[in-house]
Amino acid sequence: MTGSLLGGHGRARRRRRRVTDMVATAMIVLAALIVMTPLVLVLVYLVGRGIGSIDLAFFTQLPAPAGESGGGVAQAVVGTLELLALASVIGLVIGIGTGVFVAEYPGHPLVPTVRLLSDALIGVPAIVMGIVAYALLVVPLRHFNGLSGGVSLGLIMIPYVVRATDEVMRLVPDVVREAGFALGLPRWRVIVQIVIPSAASGIVTGAMLAMARVAGEAAPLLFTAFGNQYWNFDPLKPVAALPLVIYTYSISPYDSWHRIASAASLVLVVFVLLTTLLTRFVFARRTR
Amino acid sequence: MTLSAQSMTQAEGGVEPIVELEHVSIYYGESRAVQDVSMAVRPNTVTALIGASGCGKTTLLRSLNRMHDLTKGARVEGRVLFEGQDIYDRSVDPVAVRRVIGMVFQKPNPFPTMTVYDNVVAGLKLAGRQRRGRLDEVVERSLRQAALWDEVKDRLHSPATGLSGGQQQRLCIARSLAVDPAVLLMDEPTSALDPQATARIEELLAELKKDVTIVIVTHNMQQAGRVSDWTAFMHLGELVEQGPTDQIFTRPQMELTERYISGHFG
Repeated sequence: MTGSLLGGHGRARRRRRRVTDMVATAMIVLAALIVMTPLVLVLVYLVGRGIGSIDLAFFTQLPAPAGESGGGVAQAVVGTLELLALASVIGLVIGIGTGVFVAEYPGHPLVPTVRLLSDALIGVPAIVMGIVAYALLVVPLRHFNGLSGGVSLGLIMIPYVVRATDEVMRLVPDVVREAGFALGLPRWRVIVQIVIPSAASGIVTGAMLAMARVAGEAAPLLFTAFGNQYWNFDPLKPVAALPLVIYTYSISPYDSWHRIASAASLVLVVFVLLTTLLTRFVFARRTR
Repeated sequence: MTLSAQSMTQAEGGVEPIVELEHVSIYYGESRAVQDVSMAVRPNTVTALIGASGCGKTTLLRSLNRMHDLTKGARVEGRVLFEGQDIYDRSVDPVAVRRVIGMVFQKPNPFPTMTVYDNVVAGLKLAGRQRRGRLDEVVERSLRQAALWDEVKDRLHSPATGLSGGQQQRLCIARSLAVDPAVLLMDEPTSALDPQATARIEELLAELKKDVTIVIVTHNMQQAGRVSDWTAFMHLGELVEQGPTDQIFTRPQMELTERYISGHFG
């Protein structure tokens, strides 16, 4: 090292650094733009193709026969909500329970295995979860049903919820737990009444993101919930879902159906976007 | 609660030690952090544990209400007697021990999701008893004991995290006092606070020891000198010397103690 701290380097070296800096900055900005591009393109395309088909009838009426104008996919909108509700019961109860277990009982011999398997579950293709639900609930009942669809989506949710819960619970400082123990509180009270409330916003965020994640799944529903052109509120009968509408209508030969598929896609994307943004917005303020 | 009631009667007697350590050694896995410590803590006194960083004083303190049960790999040997009963005896529930022997930590750690009020009553309410009217009394009494009442009485129902660091620490003291412990363990309770907040808590200790017995770990020798009646000096996991505070600070028997309190190391 020669010269002073500030002015000791040669002019050439300084210029080289500045160029390197500019190139590196340009590259990461480009990468960030590329990340945003697909979403923007998808939105532009879907709005262009689908917004014309979105009206009140879209959410309130059953499908019209091909060739007829009007009609909607109300049964699929409601069906998707039903399936998400079923999935959440399974995904959240099992997922949060498991997450609490792995975060709060780090010394338990089962924890490393549970954490590993749960992470591995994230990599299991959604369609495989559909096969599991098919074997468990469609084969014994001998017909397609909404319950099996909800179960398949719930199974997909579990590992996401486990990971989110585990991570946010471990963010709660140990000193907070110790404060509870030092007051003579038993462990379960410390977990339920101190740690979980402290981590609640993160757990809810994780739960919402897991729901958003499965809301658009079509593959596991193809041979479980199956889809339905009519109203059905019996979870043991086939249930409609927006991703199934998108799939069926997209591969149909009718242009009017293609537009409905785009509209259904737009509704799904907006739903997922809103869920994500809403959780961010609501909980970003609360967690500070 | 019976344990606590007993402690009060004995405390009035003022002779028998309330806590006794008999040959206590503490291990983390294979390594020994505290070696063969024996000492007695008398009721209604402040006992200071002093020594350089890593000498085992915090480890020793945490053995007095079984906080090590929560640390994987930590092991306590020897006996810790509370009013003659070994708190490590198999028949003793650690939760009951911590109810009688409370703890205040190095960094203020109020429950982040709770209000000032809820923090104070957390130990009582989460234990699932007490009526509302009684809780209000406990809150006022505990906050007064912790010299915090006047500062927070108008914002009992706002978040505890909105208080200053010194107020948070006094809130934690109030929270510990609310369950009516016989002994309060304090692990460097002022190390994260500014001098004014430190002075307030030191003043508080003199008042508090009328009601509870205090064992305090401190890095600050002036603090030990000011607040404690009895001082124990630890070095490398061993108890080097203990005695009345004025004696330890004016006529230490061991050269190591002398060198530590005169600032030659630590």
